[in-house]
Amino acid sequence: MEEILAKAKKVAQEAEVFLVSSEETSVQFEANRLKHVQSRQSQAVSLRVIKNGRIGYASSTTTENSQELVNMAVETAQFGQKAEFEFPSPTAYKGVRIFDASVAKVSPETMTGLGEKMISTVRKGTPGLLCEGGVGRSTTTVSIMNSRGGQASYKESHFSLGIEGQLVRDTDMLFVGDSQSSCRPILETSEVTGIILKQLEYARTQAPVATKPMPVIFTTQGVASALVSPLMAAFNGKTVLEGASPIGSKLGQLVFDKRFSLRDDPLVSYRPSSRPCDDEGVPSQRTPLVTRGVISNFLYDLQTAGLAKTKSTGNGSRGRGALPAPSPSAFIITPGKTTFDEMVSDIKEGLVVEQLMGATQGNVLGGDFSGNLLLGYKIENGKIVGRVKDTMVSGNIYKLLKDIAAIGSESRWEGSFLNTPPIYLTNVSVAS
Amino acid sequence: MPNIEEIGQELAKKLPKYDAEYIEVRLEESQTGNISYRGKKLEAVTRSASVGGNVRALVKGGGWGFVSFNSLEDLPKRIEAAIKQARFVKGEAIKLAEVKPVSDTVLADKTNSPMAVSLTEKKELLDGYNNIIWSTKGIQTSSIGYGDGQRKTVFLNSAGSFIVQERIDVNMRLNAVAAKDGDVQQAGVSLGSRGNFAAVRGLDKKAKEIAELAVEMLAAPQVKGGEYTVVLDPVLAGVFVHEAFGHLSEADFVYENEQVRQLMKLGKVFGGKELNIVDGAAVPGLRGSFKYDDEGTPATKTYLIREGKLTGRLHSRETAAKMGEPPSGNARAISYRFPPIVRMTNTYIEPRSASFQDIIADVKEGVYVKNWYGGTTSMEMFTFSAGEAYMIRNGKLAETVRPVVLTGNVFNTLKNIDAIGNDLDFNQGGGCGKAGQSPLPVSNGSAHIRIQHCLLGGK
Repeated sequence: MEEILAKAKKVAQEAEVFLVSSEETSVQFEANRLKHVQSRQSQAVSLRVIKNGRIGYASSTTTENSQELVNMAVETAQFGQKAEFEFPSPTAYKGVRIFDASVAKVSPETMTGLGEKMISTVRKGTPGLLCEGGVGRSTTTVSIMNSRGGQASYKESHFSLGIEGQLVRDTDMLFVGDSQSSCRPILETSEVTGIILKQLEYARTQAPVATKPMPVIFTTQGVASALVSPLMAAFNGKTVLEGASPIGSKLGQLVFDKRFSLRDDPLVSYRPSSRPCDDEGVPSQRTPLVTRGVISNFLYDLQTAGLAKTKSTGNGSRGRGALPAPSPSAFIITPGKTTFDEMVSDIKEGLVVEQLMGATQGNVLGGDFSGNLLLGYKIENGKIVGRVKDTMVSGNIYKLLKDIAAIGSESRWEGSFLNTPPIYLTNVSVAS
Repeated sequence: MPNIEEIGQELAKKLPKYDAEYIEVRLEESQTGNISYRGKKLEAVTRSASVGGNVRALVKGGGWGFVSFNSLEDLPKRIEAAIKQARFVKGEAIKLAEVKPVSDTVLADKTNSPMAVSLTEKKELLDGYNNIIWSTKGIQTSSIGYGDGQRKTVFLNSAGSFIVQERIDVNMRLNAVAAKDGDVQQAGVSLGSRGNFAAVRGLDKKAKEIAELAVEMLAAPQVKGGEYTVVLDPVLAGVFVHEAFGHLSEADFVYENEQVRQLMKLGKVFGGKELNIVDGAAVPGLRGSFKYDDEGTPATKTYLIREGKLTGRLHSRETAAKMGEPPSGNARAISYRFPPIVRMTNTYIEPRSASFQDIIADVKEGVYVKNWYGGTTSMEMFTFSAGEAYMIRNGKLAETVRPVVLTGNVFNTLKNIDAIGNDLDFNQGGGCGKAGQSPLPVSNGSAHIRIQHCLLGGK
């Protein structure tokens, strides 16, 4: 890293080197049995330079050809955007617990055992269920170094498990599934299997549904598959800067229901989305985005913040081989007081949405979602009566989240990017 | 850069000596470049170079071991690790369909390579498109993503295959965003090619069209959700055939599931007599075309559906052996970081005789949908979304409506296709995602088609 930085400083005014390397092992199940054992070693180094005020960028899988990397970055700097920021100078970072040495010690035997246990548990009452899934662990090291002396380095451990089951009866296909991840070993599988067993129970029979607006409960998975993508786009500082965010000009205004609060939080202990700093070395912070219905902040990286004349919120994130861009670390929706069972019992005729397929294919920027109900249930007179299929559920989050019937009290993590309780909305368009 | 061909040749001598049923090694080097615009300005120009590889091993009484890496040092150690992992899996023996070992080198056609075009020239071209979008009144912002890359892979296995393949890709998406009173609408176009830079030139008219459409959609009404007669343009019909049927024909969904095997017996009727669906990397010159797949199996052209009946499916060597069908050359990996899995290549509905006018002539009320945002499937049910939509009234195209998401059920929707046009065209701008491997270059195509009783999401 030092060598790359030194070479870059000879030809550019400012430079920053970002190095990420990881080791990963997973066991994978197919058709109810162990099928693959996989391991991955990977490394990526990227160099960002500022030359004559412009940004250049190149990345590689090796630190060996450092001159080539510098040359590529310098070449792109002729055309790059004008830099509107300075690399961070040396900073002290808040500690956040994201490494547990015991993750790397979980043996493939133990991982296989966890997978087998999940599969046998969910198949007990449903022997025709065919499961695939996996258990994996990894360790990632991130280092950042820039020409202003800024330096950051951290190690993160990651453990995940999950399964998906398919049940085929004639031309009817049912897909159920859940997963869980943490920076610590997950040696207890009952949360995942408990959710899948519930899904199987609710979907045992099928129920018809009418084409009309009706009340709908989005579970944690349902919120993730339908409602979150428009929010992620709208709070992105870049979308706001371009004037393409529907809430971009509404800072300080009441846009959502007063019970709706949302924050970005990279500082939760042992969450895979947590980190001491972002991918540009800016210290992590909790950023309130919606406070009791009022828009309170947007998410920025250094360059976007510079253009918008504000400060980075520590949300500079790099995809593989790409320049940093604003991206949430983890969206956390504040739970309310209503239990899922209370929501269900409140509804005379409505739906529960677990998985809305293809919901984010439409005009996400405008807040629209519209998807096929891959997994969802009918509610009649306060009870779940069966699975609903071949049905479209559509809406606009800016209209629907203005007036929420209830926010759930039972929050869960979905993937590493979202923590939310179920959300109960009225008047959602349903077509069948 | 290390010479991956030489490293591969050294390894090829050693492979037969290991105690394993089967070993394959893939080594890969690639260079990519990306240019992106957000709004009026060029946002980023980036370049990257990558070297890496993987080893996949199979042992008697075991399963698959897979190791991927960036460091090419001490590769025998990686091979041993893959074999050890394969031994860890105990179970039913995995068999692979016979494929004759080949030695071959397939070089990319560099005549119109994007890699030979200077950054200055690429930027001028994209500046031009962006200026056209911005010259349209009512545009709030734009985005352009351009990417190109070349890749060389060296594939060798313990049966004696040694295949070097190069490929060059280029792709671009233009997107125009219009906004008014807190309402945001967007329209875009995606294009791609196997290495022919001409595919992204000469699109001034297209850029103008999407900008105007985005603005026009602000004033357009939204359709009411429900069942409609829909007419799909070739691009969206391509996305439809990919999602509605292509994925279901991938044998890895079928081969270990007895119920699905029963459901997907060859000869089963899925559509009308006019319906033929094909997939094949051997169809030349498209984004999903290649000579050998990532298991070294030669590309083929497979009729998935002929005259409405199921006649074939897509296989890897493993799924083909298990089902006793010929390997189709559809095992693909997005990069050395992943093992090959069953994927589509170029998937299309064969054209018939109807003209577009014939197709819409007897539609009293329906929706004409064009272009795409995306599509996804759960095998039985699928959704795909249009980038543009227009009402059809009394056999004529009528007002513009907002883009719609369409959905269907494979066991009904294909039977509801009641007209297939004569104007086959391909959508080359998409990438397919499966099992964490995305975007894989594929193409899909069709002529205009009409579907009865298609469910649309709406207000």
